[in-house]
Amino acid sequence: MASASKPRNNQAKVKPETLIIKPSRGLAALNLRDLWRYRELIYFLTWRDIKVRYKQTILGAAWAIIQPLSQMVIFNLLFGNMANIPTDGIPRPIFTYTALLPWNLFSKALGDAGRSLVSSRNMITKVYFPRLIIPLSTILSGLVDFAIAFVVLLGMMFYYDVTPTSSIWVLPLLLLLALMTALGVGLWFSAWNVHYRDINYIIPFLTQFWMLASPLAYPLSEIPEKWRLLYSLNPMVGVVEGFRWALLGTDNGMGIELWISIGFAVLLLVSGVYYFRSMERTFADTV
Amino acid sequence: MSENAILVENLGKRYKIGAEINRYRTMRESISGALTWPVRLLRRQLTPSTETIWALREVSFNVRKGQVLGVIGLNGAGKSTLLKILARVTEPSEGYAAINGRVGSLLEVGTGFHPELTGRENIYLNGAILGMKQKDINKKFDAIVEFSGVSKFIDTPVKRYSSGMYLRLAFSVAAHMEPEILVVDEVLAVGDAEFQRKCLGKMSSVAQEGRTVLFVSHNMSAILRLTDEAIVLDKGSLVHRSPTAEAVDFYMSSGFSQEGQRIWQDQDIPESSLPFIPIALRVRDPRGKVVDRARSIEPLTIEMEYKLEKPIQGLRVGIYLLTNRGEFVFTSFDVDLPEMYNKFATRPQGHYVSRCQIPADILNEGQYVLGVNASVNRVKRHFQDEHALTFSVDAMGAPGKQWGEARLGLIRPKMDWQIEEIA
Repeated sequence: MASASKPRNNQAKVKPETLIIKPSRGLAALNLRDLWRYRELIYFLTWRDIKVRYKQTILGAAWAIIQPLSQMVIFNLLFGNMANIPTDGIPRPIFTYTALLPWNLFSKALGDAGRSLVSSRNMITKVYFPRLIIPLSTILSGLVDFAIAFVVLLGMMFYYDVTPTSSIWVLPLLLLLALMTALGVGLWFSAWNVHYRDINYIIPFLTQFWMLASPLAYPLSEIPEKWRLLYSLNPMVGVVEGFRWALLGTDNGMGIELWISIGFAVLLLVSGVYYFRSMERTFADTV
Repeated sequence: MSENAILVENLGKRYKIGAEINRYRTMRESISGALTWPVRLLRRQLTPSTETIWALREVSFNVRKGQVLGVIGLNGAGKSTLLKILARVTEPSEGYAAINGRVGSLLEVGTGFHPELTGRENIYLNGAILGMKQKDINKKFDAIVEFSGVSKFIDTPVKRYSSGMYLRLAFSVAAHMEPEILVVDEVLAVGDAEFQRKCLGKMSSVAQEGRTVLFVSHNMSAILRLTDEAIVLDKGSLVHRSPTAEAVDFYMSSGFSQEGQRIWQDQDIPESSLPFIPIALRVRDPRGKVVDRARSIEPLTIEMEYKLEKPIQGLRVGIYLLTNRGEFVFTSFDVDLPEMYNKFATRPQGHYVSRCQIPADILNEGQYVLGVNASVNRVKRHFQDEHALTFSVDAMGAPGKQWGEARLGLIRPKMDWQIEEIA
């Protein structure tokens, strides 16, 4: 993207400002300032996605509940009735459902972000705005589905007589961790997708694989000790187990694992942002 | 410096041709590409690179604050690339542009409109995409709706709009963002005549408010009306800059044969033209001589020579006549008459001339441009060149010439007047 640098010396607000458009070289500056200036656009695009999501469906927002509930039923049949995998003493439906909520938020955010640049092609080739806004706004819209499904979780907790622990305040932080991970990977994928449409086929496959590598149907305690640290590189391990810990009060002995999850998520995000920025200049020409 | 709204220095944009044609690659191609890379590198050393084209090269110009500058050029001359760079959609490959003030571009009419959202919702969304703040949109909302003329349907999803309503709403949003510098590309092709008139009015009022406008259009009369100076782009280079009337004249006649005939070389003929191969377009006087200056009092013969490599069903070969200001005088095809069409329903392979005569005492004096079109209606356009040839018409000896004044109007027919004394 054209680098928008201003002359260094205009500390005082000079109007109108001079914008220099020239070929950018090397790693582009993050230009977070521009992102801030366009913050309303993030809001409007997220709002559009939410608004349009269930248009022309009969069941509408009920889908936000039907999806995780039916997943839960299938999981219970497969992993409970057939494989009988332990659940740390928690009733299986709520054990699974608690994990499915952040997972669905994550997998939808990842898929949407990965496809976002290509599906916003007509905006990219016509208007300037910080391109980061596109994947960023797509990951946020899933929060509404999450909130709707969360209400059902509260009902289930009431039914199974589970009281949330006093650590419930970490939930927003865990959501942030899930979204950061989705954005980090989504940024890499969306930028690749501009050049290589293979990504469209890789995303569903990768999501499935990732789901099995996250403790949705089984607890972290089922993973042998010696593999735990490697396993925790998957930030969704920290998110899913964190949800159970904060809501259901499972004691899974998460300590260092959570920090590994967080560290890796930050690494994904930072590298994703830089990669995205360095590829940004070619988006409009190749998408 | 501060007097310039836009300063462009040596701006260039290079495209990889491959990247342009197959927009994206699959990973497999990329991997096999990596494997054959040494071979290609070697080959590139041996043969001059044909893999990139310069859509724009060494373009330098300035636009003064408050100036309305026209940009004209044939398709592919680099106009859109230039605007895309100035609107920061794409990055230049070399050179730079300095811009003083917020740029708004009308390249983007309707960008981000979502069919499921209502008109009202789309105004806010589109405004945000164009960089407007919500409170600015609130302030201008009524004006936008009123200008678009769709106020009755403002809470209807835009997918129920007619395409005209859709475009009018989209244009209204874009037209109300009030940037200091406005970049406009061909939007006047939008909507019905009434709305176009409104758009032109809006644009001239923008210009009168002292804002800077860069206006790209194929509509020469709009360019002439709205701009006082214009630049002409040709094959990516800036070839001319002058007051608009002169620039339009330059554009309409530049690079074309002045000898009363245009001959197409193989490299001028696009692949898509086949099996139609244009050979030449000529203007002849009644004595059969090829002329570039014709007399209005004599009939004029236009002939198009071409070959068909294969028979074409439903082919029509025709001409456009335009003034040097880009106004159409007429369009006519060789099989317009039903009996001609039936006779030549399928034109066999061969070498042809399609010939017609412009009667005497029709054309006014001035410069004219001839264009050709060979197509099968609604099926395929084989060949089109809207500026194939120019010629001039001299009204020497025409009726009324004795008055010594220039006659207004595209045509100068010889009229059959009667004067009768009735009292």
